[in-house]
Amino acid sequence: MSENKTVRIANGQGFWGDSILGPIRLVEEGPLDYLTLDYLAEVTMSIMQKLKGRDPKKGYATDFVSLLDRILPTLVEKDIKVVANAGGVNPSACMEAVLEVMRSHGLEGEKVAIVEGDDILDGLDDLMSNGEEFLNMDTGQPLSTVRERVTSANVYLGAFPIAEALAAGARIVITGRGTDPGLVLGPMIHEFGWKPGDDDLLAAGTVAGHIVECGAQCTGGNYTDWRSVPDLAKVGYPIIEAEADGSFVITKHEGTGGAVNIDTVSHQLAYEMGDPAAYLTPDVIADFTSFKIEQDGPDRVRVSGVKGAPATSLYKVSMSYSDGWKSVGELTVSGPDALEKAQLCAEIVWERLAMDGCEYAEEERLEEYVGAGVCHRGIPEAETDTPPEVVLRMGVKGPDKAKVSRFGPELVPLVTSGPPGVTGFAGGRPKAAEIIGFWPSLVTKDKIQTTVSVLTA
Amino acid sequence: MPLVPLSEIAAARSGDKGEGSNVGVLAKTDAAYAFLKEALTTDAVARHMSGINRGAVRRFEADNLRLLNFLLDDSLGGGGSASLLTDAQGKTHGLALLRMELDVPEEVLRELEA
Repeated sequence: MSENKTVRIANGQGFWGDSILGPIRLVEEGPLDYLTLDYLAEVTMSIMQKLKGRDPKKGYATDFVSLLDRILPTLVEKDIKVVANAGGVNPSACMEAVLEVMRSHGLEGEKVAIVEGDDILDGLDDLMSNGEEFLNMDTGQPLSTVRERVTSANVYLGAFPIAEALAAGARIVITGRGTDPGLVLGPMIHEFGWKPGDDDLLAAGTVAGHIVECGAQCTGGNYTDWRSVPDLAKVGYPIIEAEADGSFVITKHEGTGGAVNIDTVSHQLAYEMGDPAAYLTPDVIADFTSFKIEQDGPDRVRVSGVKGAPATSLYKVSMSYSDGWKSVGELTVSGPDALEKAQLCAEIVWERLAMDGCEYAEEERLEEYVGAGVCHRGIPEAETDTPPEVVLRMGVKGPDKAKVSRFGPELVPLVTSGPPGVTGFAGGRPKAAEIIGFWPSLVTKDKIQTTVSVLTA
Repeated sequence: MPLVPLSEIAAARSGDKGEGSNVGVLAKTDAAYAFLKEALTTDAVARHMSGINRGAVRRFEADNLRLLNFLLDDSLGGGGSASLLTDAQGKTHGLALLRMELDVPEEVLRELEA
């Protein structure tokens, strides 16, 4: 299928909770071939497993279904295809919901596909007895130390199953856990006929995917020289103009806000980066030091010459496990003497808790004075002893839920039994919330079965 | 050589990586990049960020992007949902590093004006 054509792939969602205006404006305000949407973070998988445990029809990103309800007619009219990891831990339930929305719009005949096989929670013990150790990549510890507390376990799948789903004619491709860049690499593989082993091409698609995976973070959002960025309110989400030779342009729709230049794109290339010479995915090892980046007209940045190396024989696995409890709360303390009074408040809270038998070790408690220098701790010019007011933010954590819960009720009484000028208490007592720990590990690719299923509305 | 903040000659982006954060420092010019490769050592970054990072500091380079990428191994108070910190994801660590003051050669500053 390789030919001289340009394929336009946009990303309209950088994370679950990103603005719904991103994807809506992408499909409405200019030409597009593919819309990708990223809904999953590590913590999301654990929450979704819990939801699915309570209701077998849940456990996917319901926001995705609401979004499709708004944009489906335009998608069909402009022949735009969608690739989204909205399936969470229940892609088939997500597919059912999407098919229903399609029928409600009279779009019978449209196809929806799901990619499955990433969710290995149920098969974990079998894999372990088959020799998979799931050693923690950071600490080297064996999984047995947390096995009983594991709440989700997902393989980061690659882009080829997505391409397979598109080849089957799907309008909407729903995946569970996969790599973020894979959402855009999948359409490129499909459109250009790239194969496993086309390492430079797969690496190019991976670099493109990394640039757009956080939405507006490459088009002027979270950019150091923020004053130079026009109209962030109407920021355009990123679009890749991909070509069969692996070169691509990053751009945005005409008339949208934000900026696409070498600097805004380089900012995102640096995001969540480890060793830039070896960016590992299940499809390829991409070399982020290999390519050329250049301005190609207003709000257009061209990347070419990306190099890649063969992928490893392992998938990365992300597991989450229950890791105790935490509780965090805030009060605002006005001046005069705001910082001094807030410090007294903190002392009072710890002392009252101790009086009732609740002492927290230093690493299990925190006090912050927001406004006096919290984000840039230890940098003298970023800290002050004389803020006009501060937000006292306190928290505790630990394995004992009752002890963690005891903290919340002692924060609020400071309003009447502490120094003067304590306010800003709203939203009820801080409650204990579960801490979700992450367990990064690896699994042999051969032991993971990936399936693609297609249904018609 | 005048003492100037790193923000005069570079930009930055940061985010979480496990229990640590990465700070990508993007030099504004080739001369600034050549200077920073020498001056912005892991030791200098570790000292400046010692209130934020308790772990090791590692550095990687990408010449094509004029990028020095620093990994701060223990900078999030536990990382993920275990952190009690306001900035549990290291989103502000880039701007923290840009506050560092450096003795920058005149010719590096002159190239910026050009």
